[in-house]
Amino acid sequence: MRNFIFVIAWLWASALSAAELEDRQIFQGEGALTLRVLSSTDTDIFAPILEGFMARNPTVSVDYAVAASADIVTLIAECPDCFDVVISSAMDLQLKLANDGLARRLPGLVRTGGTQWRQSVFGFTQEPATIVVNRAAFAGRDMPTTRQALIEILRAEPDHFRGRLGTYDVRLSGLGYLYATQDARTSETFWRLMEVFGNLNAQLYCCSGDMIDDLASGELYVAYNVLGSYTQTRPETLDKLAIITPEDFATTMMRTALVLDTTDVGETAEALVRYLTSGAWAMQERPGFPLPSIDPADAQALDVVSLDPGLLVYLDRLKRALFLEAWGSALLR
Amino acid sequence: MRGRATSLRRRLTWTLIGGAAVLAVLFYLVVRTYAQQIAQQGQDRILEASLTSLMDAAVVREGQVEVDVPYAAFAMLDTAADDRVFYAIHQGAELLTGYDGLVDGPFVAMARPAFDTVGFAGIDVRLAQLTRVLPASPAPVMLTVSVAQTRDSLAGTLWAISVNAALFGGAFFVLAAGMALWTSRSTMRPLSQMAEAVARRGPRDLRPVVRAVPTELSPLVTSLNSLMTRLSASLTQSETFIAEAAHRVRTPLATVRTHAEATLMRVDRDENRAALRSMIRAIDESSRAAGQLLDHAMVTFRGDQMERSAVDLVGICRELVDRLTPVAEMKDLELVLRADGPVVVQADPILIQNAVRNLIDNALKYSPPEGAVRIEVQADPVAVIVCDEGAGFPEAQIAELSQRFQRGANAGDTVGSGLGLTIAQDVAEAHGGRLELVNVDRGGACATLYL
Repeated sequence: MRNFIFVIAWLWASALSAAELEDRQIFQGEGALTLRVLSSTDTDIFAPILEGFMARNPTVSVDYAVAASADIVTLIAECPDCFDVVISSAMDLQLKLANDGLARRLPGLVRTGGTQWRQSVFGFTQEPATIVVNRAAFAGRDMPTTRQALIEILRAEPDHFRGRLGTYDVRLSGLGYLYATQDARTSETFWRLMEVFGNLNAQLYCCSGDMIDDLASGELYVAYNVLGSYTQTRPETLDKLAIITPEDFATTMMRTALVLDTTDVGETAEALVRYLTSGAWAMQERPGFPLPSIDPADAQALDVVSLDPGLLVYLDRLKRALFLEAWGSALLR
Repeated sequence: MRGRATSLRRRLTWTLIGGAAVLAVLFYLVVRTYAQQIAQQGQDRILEASLTSLMDAAVVREGQVEVDVPYAAFAMLDTAADDRVFYAIHQGAELLTGYDGLVDGPFVAMARPAFDTVGFAGIDVRLAQLTRVLPASPAPVMLTVSVAQTRDSLAGTLWAISVNAALFGGAFFVLAAGMALWTSRSTMRPLSQMAEAVARRGPRDLRPVVRAVPTELSPLVTSLNSLMTRLSASLTQSETFIAEAAHRVRTPLATVRTHAEATLMRVDRDENRAALRSMIRAIDESSRAAGQLLDHAMVTFRGDQMERSAVDLVGICRELVDRLTPVAEMKDLELVLRADGPVVVQADPILIQNAVRNLIDNALKYSPPEGAVRIEVQADPVAVIVCDEGAGFPEAQIAELSQRFQRGANAGDTVGSGLGLTIAQDVAEAHGGRLELVNVDRGGACATLYL
């Protein structure tokens, strides 16, 4: 299988030779068994979830490594044996791993069709892309509720917002790329908004966390396609920021987990995926589960990115090149 | 009948069941094959649509192919089993994008997509491939688009159809087997009914079979009827022959006897008289045998076509006693008739007379002199009992005595043909009765004719 790793893998590997772990932390259990998790979710957000899992499985230690979602593919390609479970917000890259045969099928894990793919990739959260604004910067101004409204506000006062806008650098962030491509697929408004952002010297970020930090400090006034859920984990920023879920459409991704086929601890890995997905399904705001659960009524909604082979399209080398070209011409001036 | 006995019904049943089994298996195979083709065609159509949308998205700019892959090209390949999707786009022999190793050149331009099931990455995939030459300057460009998909959903569909086809086939077989059992049983029923009807007949019932039978059986029934007619004719013929022969013999014998008696009157020498007497005796024996043969033939004939009328048994017996008293007196025997009153039954008077006469005849023959032969007519059950004071029947032979030409082992030199009891028995059976022979403890024997 490794002979057929998608061309994009080496493209990424060559473009981003510095694919490396951002963080690594070991949660020590009572036994010798260690589950190695590679995740795109920050450790401080995920730690309560892991602790909940380890409370039920006290003999398991978890080696939790964090990398950018785009780097995860490279890390797996370089060393498929180094990890057991992959958790990522980049649904397309996760689906790609499963499509390329790297994910183990878990037939015992029964979940409804829309939240899993091929009994391999399992969604366990449902997180819309939001517009987050600094309340102070909007004093006396209308809060934008749609993309079109945001475009009008920005056009009305270009000098006020110049250099104060932020969004993902889709070249670096897998999740940013997923949000941007799905936005582009849904509406032309995305491109008009990006042109406005480009005209106003928008700042580009790797991660939602950095954008929220800069919004809280007043460095940024508006950030587009931010994970609203991240602000929930930073209560101290809440009163300074307003989180707006766009009313025209809210591209919503599922955070997904998969078990690598090469794992030696398949049962424990499956137990973790089971814990994640059951926690999501139960819809109980259980303490220590900081991410928004999947709403079964909502899981089939249009705005939720569906787990199907269509996700492979924007990972195509030519398609990606075309998209980045258009994105660059809109945003990078 | 030679060889192993075969059962038509079993053969019919097994032929039908075997046919049903063959049909059921055939049904399963045909449905499965057909479903496989349909399912494969379905997958091929979707692969072709994906292929076409990719091909349509290709443009050539300055000799370089650009493909803006439509989202639907892969999204349409979503299946219930979440099949994996692979693709490759080649310009000439060079891989532009997609999975390396999915297809190998050299590529040749083709009018329609080619479909094939190939191995890729260790699994079976269905591959659709299309090579087109795109017009471009300075030179035309050859573009090859390949899309492949795993066959899990197809296998799932096939499995479901196979299971259903197997269930339907099984149900069909069970139903057909039940119908086969029923059919073979109902087909064979007229045959067994006819066999039963023929078996139920009496030994002398040679009437043709007239009941309605299936067309297929009518040749058999016709043959059977023809056989019975011939048999019946042959029997009648032989009885007639015997009666005719007996008749022809008896008349000259009577003449000879008259002459012998006349001669006896005239002859004086003792040895001549002794010779004449034994001659007369032999003549009597022959005459009697001929008479009994005639009686027997008559009983056989009348037994088949009986003419019943009201008959007073006592009257018949009295008449016989009157007629036979001279014969009895010649042997110093007494004939005693005991009856309370008239006993009237529906019967053939000639047959009854014949039977009783033969019984009395027998009793007279086997009784020692100075004895008595008692005749009793009984009303309930209706019977005529004839008893003598002779040596009785040999116990071991009682059952056989009423057979034709069978004589008791102790008959000695008594004149007899062995037909007397047979005649009585035939008459009893013709009337639905029987003949019972018993020895009496104090000596003698009784023959009872139940009607």
